[in-house]
Amino acid sequence: MEINAYTLATLKRGEKGVIKSVDASDPQVQRLMVLGLVEGAEIEHASSAIGGDPIEFRLFGSGISLRQEHAKFFQVAPIAAGG
Amino acid sequence: MAKRSEIRVSADQIKLRSGAQASVAVVGNPNSGKSTLFNRLTGLKQRIGNYPGVTVERHIGTLLFEGKRTELIDLPGTHSMSAHSLEEQIAVDVILGRMQGTTAPDGILAVLDATNLYQGLFLLQQLVDLELPMVVALTMTDAATQTGIDIDVDALSQALGGVKICSVVATTGAGMENLRAALSALPETPAPNRISVWPELTVAAEKLRSASVGSLRVPECERLIVDGVTERNQSFSSELGDAAVAMLADLREELFASEPPIAVEARIRYDWARVTLNAVQCSTPPFRSWRTHLTAFLNQPVAGTIGLFVVMAVVFQAVFAWATPIMDFIDASTASLGASIGALLGDGAFSSLIADGVIAGVGSVVIFLPQIVILFLFIILLEDSGYLARAAYLMDRTMRSVGLSGQSIIPMISSFACAVPGIMATRVIPNRRDRIATIMAAPFMTCSARLPVYALLIAAFVPPDRVGFMNLQGLVLFGLYMFGIVMGILTALLMRKTALRGPKPPFALMLPEFRRPNLQTVLIQLLGRAKVFLYRAGTVIFVVAVVVWALAYYPRSDLIGAEAEKQQTAAVAMLSGDELALQLAQIDNVAAAAQLEQSWLGRAGKTVEPIFKPLGWDWRVSAAVIAGFPAREVVIAVLGTVYAVGDEADEATLSSRLKASSWPDGSPVFTLPMVIGLLIFYACCLQCAATLAVIRRETNTWRWPVFAWVYMTAIGYVGALLAFQIGST
Repeated sequence: MEINAYTLATLKRGEKGVIKSVDASDPQVQRLMVLGLVEGAEIEHASSAIGGDPIEFRLFGSGISLRQEHAKFFQVAPIAAGG
Repeated sequence: MAKRSEIRVSADQIKLRSGAQASVAVVGNPNSGKSTLFNRLTGLKQRIGNYPGVTVERHIGTLLFEGKRTELIDLPGTHSMSAHSLEEQIAVDVILGRMQGTTAPDGILAVLDATNLYQGLFLLQQLVDLELPMVVALTMTDAATQTGIDIDVDALSQALGGVKICSVVATTGAGMENLRAALSALPETPAPNRISVWPELTVAAEKLRSASVGSLRVPECERLIVDGVTERNQSFSSELGDAAVAMLADLREELFASEPPIAVEARIRYDWARVTLNAVQCSTPPFRSWRTHLTAFLNQPVAGTIGLFVVMAVVFQAVFAWATPIMDFIDASTASLGASIGALLGDGAFSSLIADGVIAGVGSVVIFLPQIVILFLFIILLEDSGYLARAAYLMDRTMRSVGLSGQSIIPMISSFACAVPGIMATRVIPNRRDRIATIMAAPFMTCSARLPVYALLIAAFVPPDRVGFMNLQGLVLFGLYMFGIVMGILTALLMRKTALRGPKPPFALMLPEFRRPNLQTVLIQLLGRAKVFLYRAGTVIFVVAVVVWALAYYPRSDLIGAEAEKQQTAAVAMLSGDELALQLAQIDNVAAAAQLEQSWLGRAGKTVEPIFKPLGWDWRVSAAVIAGFPAREVVIAVLGTVYAVGDEADEATLSSRLKASSWPDGSPVFTLPMVIGLLIFYACCLQCAATLAVIRRETNTWRWPVFAWVYMTAIGYVGALLAFQIGST
């Protein structure tokens, strides 16, 4: 798989992105897709726990927390602030 | 194979003929306000049971509307009809009418969170296509308005096959009458039209159905095509037949090629959800309410973590301190009630059974209620306000490093007050392995019942020397607390590496906005928890208490009684006033000690003395330890009786007796190594029938409580053995 610099794990606090592709081979990632983390979803890094893991994202107004190890399976295209 | 569905049909017919109540399944995402709504609709008309063979609770309530009764089944929260956990599978099986012992629902109450339509619409698509009568309760509409969300309910209804939608605010009760009426009329309501967001799947499902031998329906065939035949969906996959199983593989190949089916379904359904969402919901910039400010504040990593510790400290303090006066009161009331009934009935086996067996037994159950009620009040408040999920999120990394997950933090901290409510609190942990690992670790936390035993032994045998800025006694007590924590963590790690080895569950936690809990639903839930404890765990605790009473009472020796009476008559003749009372009490105490020595318990103490001798314990200590197995705090009362100072003896008298106690050769029994060993034994050993009963109840098998008991007793024995043997050389 092509290495993309931008994944959910690289988004910084307050940054938004649109999920571009998901590496769905891992069943745990499939489970996250059932929660709405699919291509086309707009997502924002809201905060993180101490040490930067897990991370809290905003997905259509709802909070969802992911561990770093899972966040990196989701590639994103960042959206400029305000966009 | 077709038999089951025939039975189902006939059961439905019987229900219609006898005019029995219709049943409605309450379905929704976790945190959608489903349980609050259920509690609102049914009030106190609820029963809590278990689904056959599993630990998942079944909540059934009755809705009364204009004289008509409708049965509501509150199902575990689920995100999809594709089950990923036991809870979700139960929800799916009940909805499909394939749960043994639960009638097929006549309709569905779908709970849709207005602040989280995106995820809700995923499940709603699957539910609408079931072709069952359905009503949607759109909850949290007040919170949605506050965050600037405006939903076009008519457009939403149209998108969902024309299903009826009732907007409600479960916390205030707005819109509830409307919903009640809709629910009561549900069995006669036509099902919404299928929306078939994914037509290819429906076509394939129809093909599969015509090839199957059982009575599968299209929605079930759709599930089989996406999920395949798995261990979880046996309840209906068994009706496929060989031809259809072969066809299933082809259909799956055709539809998904090499893509994971679950991912394909997620993409298709969420695409639809996103489009629908944009069509029915318009968002205006939210105004900043207290919620957003609070959320923003607690979202900061450091402030959030500090906030969590403050909350935990308050909970711990409340469970520990607020419950103590009530528990002391219950303790004193049972003791005085036992004493006055004992006096009323006179001496004899029956009187003792009532006073020392039954009343003390009931007391030993009721004594746990204050802590359970206080802890659960906090847990329900934290859960309903949405904070529990945040606590789990903040603690996830730390707890993961010791083999548990973030959700384990509340049960673990609660166990410092008492393992019983702590273990009951593990129900917030969704993953079974994490949950059982937490249950196994929880009893190692130093609970409040260990404290009196620690206090007695430390005060009597550990010198109050100063060590640095601490007192040696305080240091030993601190050491015992730390020892418990370390043993608990090691146990959890060990379990997760051996018997409970398995993949770490994906930690995807929904973090709901803060919301104000509703007092009525909090109280209903609290009452439910208290009832479950009293009925399920209480019976076991009670039986054990009566059995221990019998062991300590029988057999009675008439000789000892006669001798005591003779001495008392002599004393009455010789003494008077306070001196006489003292002498009479002393004779009673000596007689009680003699009775205990030759009772089954005393004999057991002597029989097992060889086992405990390497630990430096004589038969008295052994007997007290055996008597303490149902409840460790009993050990002080038993020591009081064995050392003939009465079971209500004050600490100073008892500890001076303990110090004076010696082996036949004159050497003292209570040496420092022996006491340290005894303390270690108490720190480890699972001497608590209530904890065992609760583990049994929460794991739904005797295997785990038996394992916990053997494991912890073995560690306690070895620890005490090492302490005594090393300390004595």
